[in-house]
Amino acid sequence: MWGLIHKLGSPKWFYQLSATLQPWCWGAAALLLLTGTLWGLVFAPADYQQGNSFRIIYVHVPAAFLAQSVFVFMAGAGLIHLVWKIKMADMAAAAMAPLGAAMTFVALFSGAVWGVPTWGTWWIWDARLTSMLILLFLYIGVIALRGAFARRDSGARAASVLAMVGVINIPIIKYSVDWWYTLHQPASFTLTSRPAMPVSMWLPLLIMVAGFYCFFIALTLMRTRSEILRREAHTQWVQTLVKESR
Amino acid sequence: MTPTRKRKLYVIVILLSLAAVAIGLTLYALRANINLFFSPVQIAQGEAPMERSIRAGGMVKPGSVSRDAESLNVAFTVTDYVDDLHVEYQGILPDLFREGQGVVVVGELQGDGHFRADKVLARHDENYMPPEVAQALEDAGYSPADFQAKADEVGPRRENRDDT
Repeated sequence: MWGLIHKLGSPKWFYQLSATLQPWCWGAAALLLLTGTLWGLVFAPADYQQGNSFRIIYVHVPAAFLAQSVFVFMAGAGLIHLVWKIKMADMAAAAMAPLGAAMTFVALFSGAVWGVPTWGTWWIWDARLTSMLILLFLYIGVIALRGAFARRDSGARAASVLAMVGVINIPIIKYSVDWWYTLHQPASFTLTSRPAMPVSMWLPLLIMVAGFYCFFIALTLMRTRSEILRREAHTQWVQTLVKESR
Repeated sequence: MTPTRKRKLYVIVILLSLAAVAIGLTLYALRANINLFFSPVQIAQGEAPMERSIRAGGMVKPGSVSRDAESLNVAFTVTDYVDDLHVEYQGILPDLFREGQGVVVVGELQGDGHFRADKVLARHDENYMPPEVAQALEDAGYSPADFQAKADEVGPRRENRDDT
């Protein structure tokens, strides 16, 4: 177990492992996203109240799931980087941040588009929407802080600290609909009870969520690999790699 | 773990807990302001300010909606099953507006206790289901509140019936 963790901390080893993992992640992402999109947008039944606008759920919910979990992953990587000084963790965190920000934007945008036909407004300052907007700002802050220092190590440390403090926002987003009166409805999925929709609706949604995660993993591997090459350019193994590819 | 790393971990944990406590206390102090709307009970108890733009929310009481035949004026009662709030509105209602539906109304509380709305927003709950299942449930005499509890039961039964 410890051996594996130590290996994962080595950029060279990670670079080789990710080369084999990457095609599988891309394949799974393509397959799941294609199946989920077709199933959700064409074959899943419409909702009894909202009709077809309900189908926005197949983009909105996976994006919102990912937006929140990416932040937790990023904070976890930040903790590993700060305490154990594993630079691989910081490279992964740097690779993840823009993806998380993009997912947060997708969740906010699809939510606004969904809000117009159902609620009658595209934006309202309720606790769920506002805390999600704060998440977007936190992502932007983490990305900006990383770039704001002349020394890469200082930027990485500042970004890690902000990510770890910002993770407090995640439970606030999750429970905002239970703690306060909001326009946004409570969660349809909980770990403890059945989903609040029939199988014909949640199965394509589950496939979309899995597809979004595979897509995220594939993109993170890709971005982390280029980050490794950039930071390890001075090392022997990267230079051999470059020579071989010429 | 080396002592330096251990110390670093402790410092981080303490910092994070302090930040969490600070944010928790802030949210606790602001708890009334973070709520999107006043409920009819809160309005009846005089917690909402008069003649200032506020939001009120609750269920549209079944049978309370009366539309003016000549204009876009509509009046309805918003209830939280404890107290009622009489709402008057002029304009177009969202598609999801119906009796028994959750709504948030934006407007001003008038001196005589009724609410003049400038905007009506519809809420919906976390339950989704195909129209046929909803229709079958309604035909069977279930109220929307029991819909979800029964949806899984009735859905497959309907499918079986279609097959035969």
